[in-house]
Amino acid sequence: MNLFALSFAYIRARELNAALNVLLLGLGVGTIVVLLLFSRQFEQRLGRDAQGIDLVVGAKGSPLQLILSSVYHVDIPTGNIPLLEAEKLKANPLIKSMVPLALGDSFEGFRIVGTNHDYVTLYEGRPIEGRLWDKPFEAVLGSEVAAHARLNIGEKFIGSHGIVEAGEKHEHSPYTVTGVLAPTGSVLDRLVLTSVESVWEVHGQGPHHDGDEDEDHGKDANGQPAKDQHLQPQEVTAVLVQYRSPMAAAILPRQINSQTALQAASPAFESARLLNIVGVGIEAVQAFALVLILCAGLSVFIALYNALRERGYDLAVMRSLGASRMKLLSAVLIEGLLLTAAGVLLGLLLGHLLAEALGAWLQASQRVRITGWTFVPGELVLILLALAVGLLSALFPAVMAYRTDIARVLAQR
Amino acid sequence: MFALKGIRHAYNGQEVLRLDQWLVGQGEHWLVLGQSGCGKTTLLHILAGILAPSEGSVAIAGQDLGELSASGLDRFRGRHVGIVFQRLHLIPSLTVIGNLRLAQYLAGGDRNPDDAALLLESLGLADKLASLPQSLSFGQSQRAAVARAVVNKPDLILADEPTSNLDDANAAAALEVLLTQARACNATLVIATHDRRIKDRFANQLTLGGGA
Repeated sequence: MNLFALSFAYIRARELNAALNVLLLGLGVGTIVVLLLFSRQFEQRLGRDAQGIDLVVGAKGSPLQLILSSVYHVDIPTGNIPLLEAEKLKANPLIKSMVPLALGDSFEGFRIVGTNHDYVTLYEGRPIEGRLWDKPFEAVLGSEVAAHARLNIGEKFIGSHGIVEAGEKHEHSPYTVTGVLAPTGSVLDRLVLTSVESVWEVHGQGPHHDGDEDEDHGKDANGQPAKDQHLQPQEVTAVLVQYRSPMAAAILPRQINSQTALQAASPAFESARLLNIVGVGIEAVQAFALVLILCAGLSVFIALYNALRERGYDLAVMRSLGASRMKLLSAVLIEGLLLTAAGVLLGLLLGHLLAEALGAWLQASQRVRITGWTFVPGELVLILLALAVGLLSALFPAVMAYRTDIARVLAQR
Repeated sequence: MFALKGIRHAYNGQEVLRLDQWLVGQGEHWLVLGQSGCGKTTLLHILAGILAPSEGSVAIAGQDLGELSASGLDRFRGRHVGIVFQRLHLIPSLTVIGNLRLAQYLAGGDRNPDDAALLLESLGLADKLASLPQSLSFGQSQRAAVARAVVNKPDLILADEPTSNLDDANAAAALEVLLTQARACNATLVIATHDRRIKDRFANQLTLGGGA
């Protein structure tokens, strides 16, 4: 027998009540854990995908759209720009390197990106099988694409026009797989890479392109019909720019936006803006979950308070058996902590399971795979916070136990 | 074994107990008699160190209770005093053996963990060790409560009205258990009662006279 066993016996004597307290706390903690896991992994993914990219230069339009389409590969592009215009930037001493991107086609929902080998280097990618592309119509698959398509090296596949699956097929110009990339945990895993020339040739040869506006890239950000977003030879969709010095951040975007027909957007700035917009929703849910945790604390308090009122005699008897005031105080605190700890454990379990389940479920529609099998530092803060709430709720009842006047309680008939 | 001197106790300015001197030797069995409200329970509480008298000194086994700190008093009570309450007050959330183990733990540790089970077996509760108190009959509860009071081999056993609500047979049985257990650990036994049926069993009697 010790204080833990004693507290545990008291909890067991009120199973239903204890279960409700644990459940309430578990729900609050679980909700916050899911939010923490999602927002943290989302931010990490945003940061990972944008690493090494200081600036994106593309067609005029929404800067957020430009970043979403050419860094994260989720939105439709703002349009295309003449390669010649982009090449002119190379002369700028503030620019260290540039990677061209030519978008417009997809393969089974995965985007085909015409680019050069620097793009692979940007994400520290390397072929796990085969080699990178050399000639037009050679393509390299990201790891998720390869897992999904089950294509072997040397096999051919046909790209679809547009960046969603329903687009018409470019039957006349199949790609040949030359390599598969190792998983990088970045957007690279979900892309099909080829040379810029391949994308030009697909669209240059196509007899069916001229004049037809199809729904996949028919509208620009303002809902207006876009002029002509079909990639023409000698055009690219965007270039990814790396600065030579941090100073460039102050000068270059303004220079490009005001002096050329191009648009420059910073991934860091735009993704911060995006997180800011999404953040309001996350904060609202977080506040709600905090209210749940406080309610759970209140419920632990009420439960312990009522239990102690019923238990006044027990406390007096224990004192008469030799228990010191501190022991009774500790026993009540332990009871509160046991309940809270159980709630926190349940919450962590629920949160991680739910995050994993939601992540798996969302994988089909989202570009980001979120897993529940990871821990984020915020959880530690959450655990401490919940335990503090539990301790605080038990404190008043514990002091009540501490101050029990045994002679008076025992003299009551 | 214990010595009470010049005891006065008052609740809210009203004197409820006055006892000039009471000396009791080790192993003696005493009956404290008197009508309800004459201070029997107060006297037991003072003896147990639960209540500090308004005036006077209490020494048990050579220890002046007034000199002990609050936690020292708790420890002393756990080691040296066993109390059987009128309404028994077994902890309802703990099993019978759990109640005894709690008493052992609170008195400073389960030095002889087997004692509790052996004691309960000797009181005919062998098959009730793991039962909750609510499933016991009154007689069984009474024996369990006595067992809890004596499990730490106290020097002093205090019992408050152990027989008052019982029929003759049960009262005799309850008294027998107390006397047997007190003898077994050579403890001083003090029973507070207004039950006239057990008066003849005790040579040593202290009558409290309603505040007089």
